[in-house]
Amino acid sequence: MQKKSFEEIRTILASKTVGIAGTGGLGSNCAVALARVGMGRVITADFDTVSESNLNRQYFFKDQVGMKKVLALKENIARINPEVLVEAFDIKLDPLNIPQVFGDCDVIVEAFDLAAMKLMIAETVLEKMPGRILVMGNGVAGYGNNDAIKTVKSGNIYICGDQENETGENLPPLAPRVSIVAGMQANLVLEILLG
Amino acid sequence: MQIMLNNRKEEFDRGTMTVRELLDEKNFTFKMLIIKINGQLVKKDDYYKAVIKDGDDVSVIHLISGG
Repeated sequence: MQKKSFEEIRTILASKTVGIAGTGGLGSNCAVALARVGMGRVITADFDTVSESNLNRQYFFKDQVGMKKVLALKENIARINPEVLVEAFDIKLDPLNIPQVFGDCDVIVEAFDLAAMKLMIAETVLEKMPGRILVMGNGVAGYGNNDAIKTVKSGNIYICGDQENETGENLPPLAPRVSIVAGMQANLVLEILLG
Repeated sequence: MQIMLNNRKEEFDRGTMTVRELLDEKNFTFKMLIIKINGQLVKKDDYYKAVIKDGDDVSVIHLISGG
């Protein structure tokens, strides 16, 4: 374990930028964790609005139901650490806009719900942003089985999750496992940025 | 031929195979896959034409919904 004081950590992070692709369960929790420790700049993108059913895992509040997720998250981060510069994009990410939105990010966090979107950003980053580090979430559904959650690495892509349990009618994504994986993604971002 | 598939040795009794043939033979049923041959991404559209040869290092990571 590398040792640094919180002051040293904050000083390094103040000059860093992280991209958060999707601000649902993984993205909202990951962004909040990184904001708390002093990330300088957080670029978020999502097209969705906060709904009642999101509150079992996503970092939003009941009175934010109906708000655009990127704006609600920006508000919540400002309440926690107003020094973080949040740039919120209310858009649906695609292979054309990803390199523009996340072009100057030190690390990109993939925090989508759908597997097809996860593949889309992985292909886009590998193809159009060579060398850029992508931290993905893969397998968060259900409860229990802590020790199945791990990180696998493939070149510049890191993948956190149990790599197995897909969301379904009887396998809902819930706060504990989703925030464990979001926390692992944030922890990896720190490891990458702080060395 | 012998290849490394997800860091494990695999033998096939043919000289080359396409990515599509590998997926069928190994029963990869997930639809969303990050596939690399020797570190190079193979996009979904190229599964029928991307060829795997003896000694190649192939990684197949399946992506699943939830977040």
